Amino acid sequence: MSATTPAVHLRGLRRVFGTRAVLDGIDLDIARGEFLALLGASGTGKTTLLRILGALDRADQGTVLVPPSRTVVFQEPRLIPSKRVLGNVTVGLPRGAATRDTGRRALAEVGLADHADAWPGTLSGGEAQRAALARALVREPELLLLDEPFAALDALTRLRMQDLVGELCRKHRPAVLLVTHDVDEAIRLADRVAVLRDGALVRDETVTVERPRDAADPEFAALRRRLLADLGVHQDTAPQHVN
Amino acid sequence: MTTATEAARAAGLVAPRARATAARPRGLSLALRTLGPVALLAAWQISSATGALTPDVLASPGQVLQAVQELWGNGQLADALSTSLTRAALGLLFGAGAGLVLGVVTGFFRLGEELLDSAVQVLRTVPFLALVPLFMVWFGITETAKIALIGVATSFPMYVSASGGVRNTDRKLVEAMRSFGLSRWAVVREVVLPGALPALLSGLRLSMTLSVIALIAAEEINSTEGIGYLMAQAQNFSRTDVLAVCILIYGLLGLAADGAVRVLERVLMPWRPTGARQGAGR
Repeated sequence: MSATTPAVHLRGLRRVFGTRAVLDGIDLDIARGEFLALLGASGTGKTTLLRILGALDRADQGTVLVPPSRTVVFQEPRLIPSKRVLGNVTVGLPRGAATRDTGRRALAEVGLADHADAWPGTLSGGEAQRAALARALVREPELLLLDEPFAALDALTRLRMQDLVGELCRKHRPAVLLVTHDVDEAIRLADRVAVLRDGALVRDETVTVERPRDAADPEFAALRRRLLADLGVHQDTAPQHVN
Repeated sequence: MTTATEAARAAGLVAPRARATAARPRGLSLALRTLGPVALLAAWQISSATGALTPDVLASPGQVLQAVQELWGNGQLADALSTSLTRAALGLLFGAGAGLVLGVVTGFFRLGEELLDSAVQVLRTVPFLALVPLFMVWFGITETAKIALIGVATSFPMYVSASGGVRNTDRKLVEAMRSFGLSRWAVVREVVLPGALPALLSGLRLSMTLSVIALIAAEEINSTEGIGYLMAQAQNFSRTDVLAVCILIYGLLGLAADGAVRVLERVLMPWRPTGARQGAGR
């Protein structure tokens, strides 16, 4: 563990729904500028963990420390239908020409410069999600929370979006928590992957696969197999290419 | 507390503060709801007891209670109530029914909107009170005149709510149901009406309020029975206690109508979460 202070600091985090402890004593640190992918089958509480970090849910027990500035990209774009795209990106920021300029720059970064005055209802799924990403990045967060942001996109758009997110995160260097159930996506993007199962982190390791990461890389495949085993999917030793 | 935690805190990290969404106990919520009416009643009683409110202006709560006993004892109140309620219910049935049908037709079918909407909007701007003399000429001093007036008054709010609610139907859902071979009527029954229920019920709420207002207007003129008749008589004899009883009854009718719609909301829309704000996923 590095000597620098982390961006996220969790100790003994516990969250109970009914009688079931969805998160049961989580200890986790995310360094500043680090990209952590959190994997887990559905219902394992990975989104709950993200919501607690985003102050959208409360912890029942434990220490939770996060940076004051943090933003979320949800699974759905969650754009306000009555505001144009630029208005959605700069929503809640002080009004003025300077804000509009930063908003336009953020839109240009995600490749939506031409859609600044469009209504959200006219965007495609991928475009809407890119607008949501611009909205999250324009606030220059110290912690970016990504809650399965690619899950609702088609396969091609998803690959392009993953590249875009990876590139923008390297440029802006926020600490990132990506919650996903897609193992390939986690390995492609993250500096570090963690697996949540039965309320605890059963794996937490640094991704050593060299960038640009290729699924054909044997190290990639080995990590992929380990992670899938953690998630309860056991593969034959013969390599299978799903995507 | 470990040193790592302290170091992280010192470096400017903060604990996220989720908004508390703890459910409020049912009793407390009920108590808060009754607080307003109870305060009004207390203010009334106090101003009557101190003499700030004299009986020739407004009778005290005690006198009003006595008047209720008197009117109930000689059967006047029960008769008046049943007559008035029948009028309001019949008028509401015809008016809200017509508003519902017209609203669904204009909301769902483009031809319906083109043919009907502008005409209904023109009629809607006519104050229903202006129709009272006309209905007197048409129907005379009959039940029909009163029920027709209530019907006209209650149809428009229902029409506006219904056509708006139907227009907001999820078009994708309609498209999907068409692909499964549902007829237009089946689509209306299975998708459009359930989807528009929140709007329909808020329309019903407005219609119910208007039905009481129209009832007063209809009964104030040439009635021989009903709450309005009771009021007209009480006015002649300056019986402020009876007047207060009648006003309270109108208020209670409105309250009962509101309660009825709340119950309907729960019964008719079991798929809606009961708490107003449920978590947006985990």
